[in-house]
Amino acid sequence: MKNKNPIVQSLLISLWFVFLTFPVMVIRVNTVEDVVEWRWWNMLWVAVGAFLLSFLWRYLLARKARGPRAGSMPIAQRIAGNRKLLVPFLAGLAAFVVVFPLLFSAYQVNIMITALIYVVLGLGLNIVVGLAGLLDLGYVAFYAVGAYSYALLNHHFGLGFWLAIPVGMAMGALFGILLGIPVLRLRGDYLAIVTLGFGEIIRLVLENWNAFSFGPSGIANIPRPGLFGIELSLHQATIYLYYLMIALVLFTVFVVNRLQNSRLGRSWLALKEDDIACQAMGIDRMKTKLAAFALGATWAGMVGVIFAAKTTFINPASFTLWESIIILSIVVFGGMGSITGVILGALVLILLPEYLRAFSEYRMILFGATMVLMMVFRPQGLIANVRRRYEYHGPDEEPQAERA
Amino acid sequence: MEYFLELFLGGLTRGSIYALIALGYTMVYGIIQLINFAHGEIYMIGAFTALIVANVLTLNGMQGIAVLVIAAVAALVWSSAYGYTVEKIAYKPLRDAPRLSPLISAIGMSIFLQNYVLLAQTSDFVSFPSLIPDFAFMDPVAHIMSSAELVIVATTVVVMILLNLLIKYTRMGKAMRATAQDKTMAVLSGVNVNRVISTTFVIGSALAAVGGVLIASHIGQINFFIGFIAGIKAFTAAVLGGIGSIPGAALGGLVLGLTESFATGYVSSDYEDVFAFVLLVLILIFRPAGILGRSTTQKV
Repeated sequence: MKNKNPIVQSLLISLWFVFLTFPVMVIRVNTVEDVVEWRWWNMLWVAVGAFLLSFLWRYLLARKARGPRAGSMPIAQRIAGNRKLLVPFLAGLAAFVVVFPLLFSAYQVNIMITALIYVVLGLGLNIVVGLAGLLDLGYVAFYAVGAYSYALLNHHFGLGFWLAIPVGMAMGALFGILLGIPVLRLRGDYLAIVTLGFGEIIRLVLENWNAFSFGPSGIANIPRPGLFGIELSLHQATIYLYYLMIALVLFTVFVVNRLQNSRLGRSWLALKEDDIACQAMGIDRMKTKLAAFALGATWAGMVGVIFAAKTTFINPASFTLWESIIILSIVVFGGMGSITGVILGALVLILLPEYLRAFSEYRMILFGATMVLMMVFRPQGLIANVRRRYEYHGPDEEPQAERA
Repeated sequence: MEYFLELFLGGLTRGSIYALIALGYTMVYGIIQLINFAHGEIYMIGAFTALIVANVLTLNGMQGIAVLVIAAVAALVWSSAYGYTVEKIAYKPLRDAPRLSPLISAIGMSIFLQNYVLLAQTSDFVSFPSLIPDFAFMDPVAHIMSSAELVIVATTVVVMILLNLLIKYTRMGKAMRATAQDKTMAVLSGVNVNRVISTTFVIGSALAAVGGVLIASHIGQINFFIGFIAGIKAFTAAVLGGIGSIPGAALGGLVLGLTESFATGYVSSDYEDVFAFVLLVLILIFRPAGILGRSTTQKV
C-alpha cells in the first residue's frame, strides 16, 4: 500500500473486510419462510473489529521483527532455572494433584481425566511432530486402534483392562510400523496428507464394516479398569482412573524426557534440521523416523485403551479428523518439543472450553484462529522448547554443559 | 452398457469438478510449495456466496439465466477476495518460516473459515436452487446425461483451455512459470513475486468458485463442511496427476472421478470416500511424483 499513514491503512483494511464478509455475515436467507435477514449490526462489528485488529496486527508484526528483547527470560524458564522457586512450585503442584479428586466433585474429576488423556496424547504426538518433525494428521487412527483392540477383545474374549494395555500398545506400534514403512519416505507435507488419508480410512472402515466393528452404533459396556478384583463404586472408579492417569502422565513425561536426550532423540533432532547431513553422519533415516512414528503410535494405542475404559462406550464418531487436529493444536499451541508446553497446552485447550460453556460454539473457530496466529506470531508455542547447548570455553576452563 | 455409460458420464462430471478445484492446489503448490488446506473452504465459500446471492435475487422476483450469471460472478469475486486475504494473513508472514509452519497455519485457516460460515450462516444443509436450466436438445439423452452435467463438463474444458492460454502466452503466465521454477532468480529478473503469488491465489480461488457453483447447483444442497472432503479429493487429484502440473491436475481429476464413479457403481457405495483415500495413499507410496509429474530430488 502506498499510503503509509496507519489510520488510513487501517480504514482501508476495515473497508476491505466489510466487503469481504458482506454476503456471509450480513445476509442470511431463511429458505423455509423465504425471507431475507439483513444483519447490518454484524457489518458494524466487522468494521470496528477489523479496524482495531489491524493495529494490533501491525504492532505484533513489528514486535516480532524486532526480535526477542535481550535479557528478558520467559517466566517458565525462570522457574525452571531457579531451584528456590522450582522446588516449592513442584511441591505445591504435586500436593494439588494428589488432593484434587478429594476436593472436587466427580464431574470435575471426569473433566480432569479427559484433559489428562489429551496430555498423554499430546505428549505422544509430540514425539512424532515435536521431536522428529514428522507432521502426522492421522494420529487419531492409532488411538482408535487401541480403543477398538480393547473393546473388541473384551467383547469376544473377555480380555481385562490390564492385559489390554500391552495389547493396545502392541497394536498401535504394529499399525504405526505398517503405515510408517511405506509412508515415511515421503516429504513433510505429503506425509501429512497420507497420514490424514490413513486416519480417515480407519474411521470409515470402522463405520462401515458392521460385522467387525459393529458400525456406527459402536460397542457398549466396556468394563472400567479393575483393582485386584475389588468392586468399585462409580465415584471410586473415577478417582482410581484419575490416579492411574496421573501415574501415566508421570511415566510418559519420564520416558519422553529420557528420549529427548538419548541417542535416538538427538538423531530425531538432527533429522528434523537436516536430512541429508544426517545421513552423511551415518544415521539411518528410515529406522530413526520409524522409531518416532511407532513410539507415538504406541502411546496413542495405550491411551485408546484407557479412553475405552473411561467412557465404557466407543464408536467411530470419537475418532474423527477433528480429534487429530485438536491433538495437533495442543502440541503446536503448547510448544513443539517442549514437555511443559504440551502439558500446559492440553490443559488450557481442553479445560478452558469445558469451563467456558458459553463460548462452546466458538471453540473450533478459536482453535483455528489460534493455530494461524500462533504460527504467525509465536511459532515456538506457549513455552518454547529449550534446547541443550554445549559451549566451548577454551582450554583453561572446565568444559561445561549448560542449558541456554 | 447404459449403466456403464451413466457411470462414465457421472465420473466425468465428478472429475471435472475435482479438476477445477485441483488446479488451485496445484498452482499454489507449484509456486510456493504449500498445500493450501484452506482451498476447499474457498470453494465452499464460493458455493455459499452464490447461494445467498441467488436466493436474494429470486426472492426479489428475478428469474432465469440472469440469476445464474450474477450469482456465479459474485461467487467468483468473493472467492477470489477470500483467497487473496487468506494468503496475506496466513501465508505471507510465513514465507521464510520452516515448512511445517505454513502448513499448520493453513489447517488453522481451514478450521476458521468452516466455523465462520457455520456461525454466520447455518450448520444445516441448505438447498441450493438448480440454476442451470434444462436444455430442450438434451431431452433424448436426459436419462444418461443431464443438462447440468453437460454444462459442468463443458465449462471445465473451456476454463482449462483459457487457463492454459493464460499460463502460456501472457506476461503474468510467464512470471508465474518463472516463479515456480526459481523464486530467487525470478526476483532478480524483475518479477514482482508477491504479486505473482497473490494472482495465483486469486486465479485458483476463482476456479474453485466455478467448481463450487456448478456442483452446488448440480447436487442441490450445501453445508459448511463440503469444502473439506472436496478439498481432500481435489488434492488427491492434484497429486495423482503430478502436483505442480496443470494438465496433471485435469488428468488426475478425471482419473479420480472415474475411479470413484465405477467403484461406487460396481463395488459398494458404502466405501465411496475410502476409494479416494486408498488411491491417494497408493499413489503417494508408489509414484509420489504423480502420473505426469517429474520426480525431483530435493536439494538442501
